[in-house]
Amino acid sequence: MRYVCKKTGILIITLILVSLLAFLAFQVIPGDPTTKLLGTEYTPERAEALREELGLNRPVFVRYWEWLTGFVTGDMGMSYSYAMDVRDVLHGKVAVTAVLAIISWIIVVGVSIPLGIAMARYQSGRFDRVGVAMNQVFMAIPSFFLGILFTYIFGLVLKWFTPGKFIPFSESFWGCIGYMIFPAIAISIPKIAKVAKLLRSSILHEMGLDYVRTAYSHGNSRWMVIRIHVLRNALLPVVTYLAMSLADIVASSIIVEQVFALPGLGRLLVTSISNRDFPVALCIVVIIAFVVVFMNYLADIVTQYIDPRVRLD
Amino acid sequence: MIDKKNKTFRAGLIITGIMLLIIIIGAFWTPYDPNAMNGAAKWAKPSFEHLLGADNFGRDIFSRLVEGAGATFFIAAASVAIGLVIGLVIGGLTGWFGGWIDEVLMRIIDSITAFPSILLALVLIAILPSGKYNIILALGLLFIPSFARIVRMEVAKQKNLDYVRNAKLMGVSDMRILFVHILPNVVPVLLSTVAIGFNNAVLSEASMSYLGVGVQPPDPSLGRMLSEAQNYLLSAPWYALSVGIAIILLILGFGLLSEGLGGDGNA
Repeated sequence: MRYVCKKTGILIITLILVSLLAFLAFQVIPGDPTTKLLGTEYTPERAEALREELGLNRPVFVRYWEWLTGFVTGDMGMSYSYAMDVRDVLHGKVAVTAVLAIISWIIVVGVSIPLGIAMARYQSGRFDRVGVAMNQVFMAIPSFFLGILFTYIFGLVLKWFTPGKFIPFSESFWGCIGYMIFPAIAISIPKIAKVAKLLRSSILHEMGLDYVRTAYSHGNSRWMVIRIHVLRNALLPVVTYLAMSLADIVASSIIVEQVFALPGLGRLLVTSISNRDFPVALCIVVIIAFVVVFMNYLADIVTQYIDPRVRLD
Repeated sequence: MIDKKNKTFRAGLIITGIMLLIIIIGAFWTPYDPNAMNGAAKWAKPSFEHLLGADNFGRDIFSRLVEGAGATFFIAAASVAIGLVIGLVIGGLTGWFGGWIDEVLMRIIDSITAFPSILLALVLIAILPSGKYNIILALGLLFIPSFARIVRMEVAKQKNLDYVRNAKLMGVSDMRILFVHILPNVVPVLLSTVAIGFNNAVLSEASMSYLGVGVQPPDPSLGRMLSEAQNYLLSAPWYALSVGIAIILLILGFGLLSEGLGGDGNA
């Protein structure tokens, strides 16, 4: 319990530091936002008035504090390019990215763990050798290229879905999931290869330890040894990795959303960066950063819960 | 096990070697001028004349691919070099001197490496002054923490070995011990990290340019070609496919090299 308290304390401090750094990073950007906002109506007096209105004249830490309290209560400021609240711009986008990430994560967990176990079980057999080689190749395929490949094969040739025609939740739940399954698979394939490889080598490492020899001497078969004795130890690093990989998945979805024209956070982040719409970009970066930090926190807690020997302080 | 690592290393060496050879030849000679437009060849199918066909302006795709791969390779090499040099200095000094600066720096580096690199790269691209080389700078800055960490770890490990104590007793200066005596012993571990860094750099460059925030037209890059090719998937699927395979081969080659050198093949 003390461990959880301590970790939670560190979590809160990290969240504050991360948001402060992100906020400061977006303050050093060269160029004055008022030039962009006013466009052709720019005059020095108007710019000054607007700066006053947006509060750009006040010290940076005061602005940070106001921004943070606003962020937490849901008042995230104004978007530069849409002339509406950042919150309204983000509306609906978070859900798209979250659903995409969760579907991808479920696929990764569901496929990679049986795959890794099977490869270790039949170590050096044909299945294992093919698997190891395939893993190596699939780890090298960027998920956005897989996305393009899927668009061509399943979208254009087989016509299983219409590329670029995203079906929102509100229209049809299953239609939406059906569209999302392709980007989700594109995101998960390289991750599956990584996790399966990690699990395989983790099991094989455990197989060389003394307790395994003891388990064998009790008359267990290789499969029994793996299932009953080895697996719970070998899964430990994998569980940690899986918890943290959700952050990676969100990062891949930034690019894959672009491939499939999914109206999610990642796509919005890219447009807001190209349009230099920094209030929106800042909010998205902080949201994703919070997810990353929180998943790391969760990974620590889960690891400690499974194996009390681990105390990372 | 050693045998297996050797095989992996050799496979990586062959793939990377062939890619490098094509890139180097491509720097001096390509079958066609990569930017020459030729109305007659518009959407030419792959043939002996145009190995991978031609694009919407009748430009030879193979020549453009070679040029793009060269550009991507250059960006990756330059950004890894920036990350490596700065990381080496930071990691070396903190590992050698230790103390609270080391503690604080390592905590910061740990938290930076926890973030997905594409997210950090996007933030850096947004805040750096725009220019042709800002993607190199952004990626280079991004790689500093991982290099610094690995160098620091190795230096801290070597610091208490006999040969270092010996050198100290003989009155060799700190800087000389660090960069002349210890550094060569760090190189083997570093090589595998460099290969992984390369891997990440190629992937990041391709992703950023694909998203339109990396290399800008008219400069060539594999990522940009892929986003162009995506518009013509139905009429010229081989365009996207060939660009994608070039990216995969670059990443695969360096991944195998890194693994053969003793890394785990992913960062």
